[in-house]
Amino acid sequence: MSHAADPLAPVHAVTQTPYKWGFTTDIEMDMAPKGLNPDIIRLISARKNEPEWLLDWRLKAFALWQAMTAPEWAHLHHPPIDYQDLHYYAAPRKQAGPARLEDVDPELLATYEKLGIPLKERAILAGVEPAEGERAPVAVDAVFDSVSVATTFRATLAKAGVIFCPISEAVREHPELVRKYLGSVVPQGDNFYAALNSAVFTDGSFVYVPPGVRCPMELSTYFRINARNTGQFERTLIIADAGSYVSYLEGCTAPQRDENQLHAAVVELIALDDAQIKYSTVQNWYPGDAEGRGGIYNFVTKRGACRGARSKISWTQVETGSAITWKYPSCILAGDESVGEFYSVAVTTNRQQADTGTKMIHIGRNTRSTIVSKGISAGRSDNTYRGLVRIMPKAAGARNHTQCDSLLIGDRCGAHTVPYIESRNPTAKVEHEATTSKIAEDQLFYCRQRGLSEEDAVNLIVNGFCKEVLKELPMEFAVEAQKLLAVSLEGSVG
Amino acid sequence: MLEIRGLTAAVDGKPILHGIDLAVPTGEVHAIMGPNGSGKSTLSYVLAGRDGYEVTGGSATFDGEDLLAMAPEARAAAGLFLAFQYPVELPGVGNANFLRTALNALRRARGEAELDAVQFLKLARVEAKRLSMPDDMLKRNVNVGFSGGEKKRNEVLQMAILRPRLAILDETDSGLDIDALRIVADGVNALRSPQSSALVITHYQRLLDHIVPDRVHVLAGGRIVRSGGPELARVLEEGGYASVVADAA
Repeated sequence: MSHAADPLAPVHAVTQTPYKWGFTTDIEMDMAPKGLNPDIIRLISARKNEPEWLLDWRLKAFALWQAMTAPEWAHLHHPPIDYQDLHYYAAPRKQAGPARLEDVDPELLATYEKLGIPLKERAILAGVEPAEGERAPVAVDAVFDSVSVATTFRATLAKAGVIFCPISEAVREHPELVRKYLGSVVPQGDNFYAALNSAVFTDGSFVYVPPGVRCPMELSTYFRINARNTGQFERTLIIADAGSYVSYLEGCTAPQRDENQLHAAVVELIALDDAQIKYSTVQNWYPGDAEGRGGIYNFVTKRGACRGARSKISWTQVETGSAITWKYPSCILAGDESVGEFYSVAVTTNRQQADTGTKMIHIGRNTRSTIVSKGISAGRSDNTYRGLVRIMPKAAGARNHTQCDSLLIGDRCGAHTVPYIESRNPTAKVEHEATTSKIAEDQLFYCRQRGLSEEDAVNLIVNGFCKEVLKELPMEFAVEAQKLLAVSLEGSVG
Repeated sequence: MLEIRGLTAAVDGKPILHGIDLAVPTGEVHAIMGPNGSGKSTLSYVLAGRDGYEVTGGSATFDGEDLLAMAPEARAAAGLFLAFQYPVELPGVGNANFLRTALNALRRARGEAELDAVQFLKLARVEAKRLSMPDDMLKRNVNVGFSGGEKKRNEVLQMAILRPRLAILDETDSGLDIDALRIVADGVNALRSPQSSALVITHYQRLLDHIVPDRVHVLAGGRIVRSGGPELARVLEEGGYASVVADAA
């Protein structure tokens, strides 16, 4: 038996597993020169054959951004980012305009094959459509660096009236929708990173579900940063018209590089009367090495507007990657009786830092929100939940329930909970519960005495801790998320 | 099956076991009795391999293998089971899921085929019924919100499903009412066989009315001060530990 002075020694080994998605793809890239100025923005806009209004919109965002400074209120520490030392446009050279799957560079398909998660996406990206009735297929939009490279199942979706395409294409094909909704939830000047994104975003997914339509399959976008010294600035816009339903999944990985890469995405969701949007993310950007070298800076603005009565927006996220995560998927509950949900698992190991949470803004009457946040910290990482629940004066009968749990693995990591509650309506009810626990030595010993290895024991305990969130994920995604949790924590015990 | 020689152990640098000699042959049930603080729980944790229970001397072998060199899960795979005095709660972990994971880990280690969820539930329901446990206890989270008696019965259920070759019961009778005590004892007796052994650690004689041991040992001050047949338990019940401990000293 081991007589280590630290009875929790088993818990420390789970973090030393190398990142499995850290390969790079050797592919000819079309890159803009480094730096950010109006000319670069004009170049991006020209490369994408954009209309004048969008270029103006970008330039306005750039002007706003120049007057802003990066937020410093988060519990995050990193050296200053030189925004002039990045490429703001990088695209696989062969890609000009929308691609059909057959036209995709085989190198790219091979890359998505290697990524392996989610498995069904890989199969579909490889062109294998599941047999009839086998299981509900998933439509995939794959974004490689700045450009969408493949969107699958478009014909099936079109039959249902659902539009699912790269946003650059939507700008050309559905300008009335894009113009109406782009920036309507996250305005250009919303925050530093959103302004930057609005100026330079290069691609992302666009979804429109018409009134009364239940989207016939899960929609999914797979994001991959490949090129060196590039930022990825994708923009996603999802509109669920009255009485419609859509479930959208998002996965992300990046190569293993010594320098930090910037990812500043914006996601806007709009739900009209009785519409529902379920948005699930499994974020596995490269987290950096054990000493904190490299990794993605993930500064993301995600916000949904429940504009219609009885509409519902549900965010589920499993965050295991990135050196730094700054992300608060939020809901603006404007429609009466609208519902916002936020289910989150954030895992940090080694030197990772995460400051994540949500904002629930109750505006309409009898609006309801639920927040379940599970933070897991290991190694020397820092994990902060930051959440705002704001009840506006007209939100009579509004309800919020917040459950925030932190699990510490080892004794050199940190967990912080920062809830902000502002209620301006006396009929509202807001509840907040928070717990912090450690994977206890007695729990590990109990499991091991029953025959489980240390790692299986940690996985079992962690999965139990996250169960309320994982059950919100679509089933196959939940299985992948469980595996990802296991891999992320591998070696943090021991 | 279990051979302990001159075993000494310390917790936080403080010596607790001062030289234990004990042999439990295959097919026998031995009881260890002793006053509070005599080292009973320490002995069970040392045998199961808990961190922080430092062996300072002596040996313990299990089927001739050096037990003390094995990781806790390897001891479990070899067939050692510890019924905890204070069973641990695992929030969010379903009892059935936990038990199946444990059983399959043991089966894997022994080169046996794993059981799927259906096969496992069938087995678990039979055993739960035998212990008068409602099915829903399998669905609840491991020991979370269980009463003291339910926790102890859950330990016996785990033992029934994992079928150890050597079961160590650490004060499994404490906190049980007389009906629960009988159910737990029946569970233990059902596992008695010529191939398996048990070490029953208890503070009171009453459990030994239901689980009749082959041998009784008295542990006091970190040593076994007296050993005898089942009748020794009754001597203790009448004269108290003081008589026996004083005799030995």
